[in-house]
Amino acid sequence: MSFKTNNKVVQWVEDRLPLISMGHHTLYEYPMPKNLNYLWNFGSLAGFALVTMIVTGIILAMQYTAHVDMAFNSVERIMRDVNNGWLIRYIHMNMASFFFIAVYIHMMRGLYYGSYKAPRELLWQLGVVIFLLMMATAFMGYVLPWGQMSFWGATVITNLFSAIPVVGESIVTWLWGGFSVDNPTLNRFFALHYLLPFIIVAVVVLHIVALHTVTSNNPLGIDMKGPQDSLTFQPYYTIKDLFGLGVFLILFAGFLFWAPNYMGHPDNYIPANPLSTPAHIVPEWYFLPFYAILRAVPDKLGGVLAMFGAIAVLFVLPWLDRSKIRSCKFRPVARVFFWIFLINGLFLGYLGGKPAEGWYVVASQIATAYYFFHFLILLPVILPMIERPRELPSSIHEAVLKS
Amino acid sequence: MADGANPESSAQGSGETRREFLYLTAGAMTVVGAAGAIWPMIDSMNPSADVLALSSTEVDLSPIEEGQSVTITWRGKPVFIRRRGAEEIAGAEETPLADLPDPQTDEDRVEKPEWLILVGVCTHLGCVPLGQKTGESRGDYGGWFCPCHGSHYDTSGRIRKGPAPKNLEVPPYVFLTDNSIKIG
Ligand code: HEM
Ligand code: FES
Repeated sequence: MSFKTNNKVVQWVEDRLPLISMGHHTLYEYPMPKNLNYLWNFGSLAGFALVTMIVTGIILAMQYTAHVDMAFNSVERIMRDVNNGWLIRYIHMNMASFFFIAVYIHMMRGLYYGSYKAPRELLWQLGVVIFLLMMATAFMGYVLPWGQMSFWGATVITNLFSAIPVVGESIVTWLWGGFSVDNPTLNRFFALHYLLPFIIVAVVVLHIVALHTVTSNNPLGIDMKGPQDSLTFQPYYTIKDLFGLGVFLILFAGFLFWAPNYMGHPDNYIPANPLSTPAHIVPEWYFLPFYAILRAVPDKLGGVLAMFGAIAVLFVLPWLDRSKIRSCKFRPVARVFFWIFLINGLFLGYLGGKPAEGWYVVASQIATAYYFFHFLILLPVILPMIERPRELPSSIHEAVLKS
Repeated sequence: MADGANPESSAQGSGETRREFLYLTAGAMTVVGAAGAIWPMIDSMNPSADVLALSSTEVDLSPIEEGQSVTITWRGKPVFIRRRGAEEIAGAEETPLADLPDPQTDEDRVEKPEWLILVGVCTHLGCVPLGQKTGESRGDYGGWFCPCHGSHYDTSGRIRKGPAPKNLEVPPYVFLTDNSIKIG
């Protein structure tokens, strides 16, 4: 470790708790491939979003009341009476969406450049775990304001578990702490909504430990072979990450100040009514592709399995994709199918927001089938037969000099 | 000992199995103990005594006219009460069982044919079906229609079309008098 100091106090701490040298190592001298593009910014953006969620969340929790009779009004009080409450709540609401935008781009980056392949399998799987925890957290957070969408979203999603044979009903009663979504449900969702982000922080730490063990992938998908291929984190990537953060925050401020409810649903400003379901219930936008998959299957249990299966395939992806070449830059066929997959995913998201009737149903069935075809047949079976990868450059340095 | 057993090897042999036995039993007891400690915490999340105590409701049926529906709350859920007309009853009774995804006769679903009492929760994913208020869609079979994912129920509350797997649930109830019931 190249960290050295002449300061006696720092050295005294260092000898007992090597925090400063650890920080120095991860944020200063850590070697990064020198050819990264802007898609490598989204990890640090997601980290920024997580911290923002925790800070604004804790401040909201100081004003929020987790009781069915008071939750809705306590959120309205935050909006109207609490100093800057509107700002803090809108940051929390919109940053949740921006968090998902950052994470989705981060994941698509991984798909395109094969960042899930050896030796980064565990790194990728930890990412999928973070994604699952985020979805659970966001789902429970959306229940807290206790509007119509909160209530009916909670009802529909918890009812998914009733599809489990034999014990399903008991599990749902247990999740609710009663016979319908009610005060016990709201209370426990608040407790878990407070807890899960800190579990996410813990998994993020593991994600970063894994990352620093295997180092970053890069657009060429080949390993760094020596100092000529890399740059130190500071100042090159600290400044690039900060610049990216600036752009991210400009876009964020656009939504925050000009369209704070654009990504939300107006029905959630109607207090929850357990006796009346809104005509058209939809989850938050970031769940829509998975919601479309759920509804595509006409069978209740089948739909639930397909939805969870859609995430399970990501978990085993490192072993489904059998090509040794990481980056799609050198995979002429996989590259085309990557874009088809992405468009298909966006299309699923579109369908998830539409009512389940008419051609929407058929289209979501086709798109769902294609989603699974991509992972279960195309990557493991078809591509190895038909694809001839292009030749890899011999080193990052050489490729950078040529371009 | 006097019978000349090799003390070393026997000590070793029995020592091995004894140690394994101790590991195994200690391990098993730890698992039992941990499960015993965790269960009360898991069970604390099940419905509590006060929630269970709210679980019966009495309803006076006398103000309900023929053809009218009312919705009341039982255990936090809507319960549909519909006073069916002769036509609706006949329609429900004459439906062949072969047409039903979840076959059940109308007689099995009512105490008195005039009064249809159902838990107003779609058996798909728990939305409240439409059809209680005048002017709301009653679906293709004249009963209820769930707008969430399109389930149609008939005049006996049985599922006819859509993703819901089961008929609308009939809550446990008894007639206290001719004109009042106790649900739960
Ligand atoms: C992974 C990080 C987090 C995500 C994705 C997340 C997501 C959400 C979402 C989507 C809402 C609903 C916003 C609305 O429609 O009003 C919400 C509400 C809330 N969250 Fe979080 N949250 C996170 C972290 C936290 C943390 C750490 C706390 C701290 C206790 C917290 C406290 C709250 C409170 C009190 C509300 C209700 C007030 C409101 O509706 O604005 N959140 N959260
Ligand atoms: S909840 Fe009624 S159809 Fe899905």
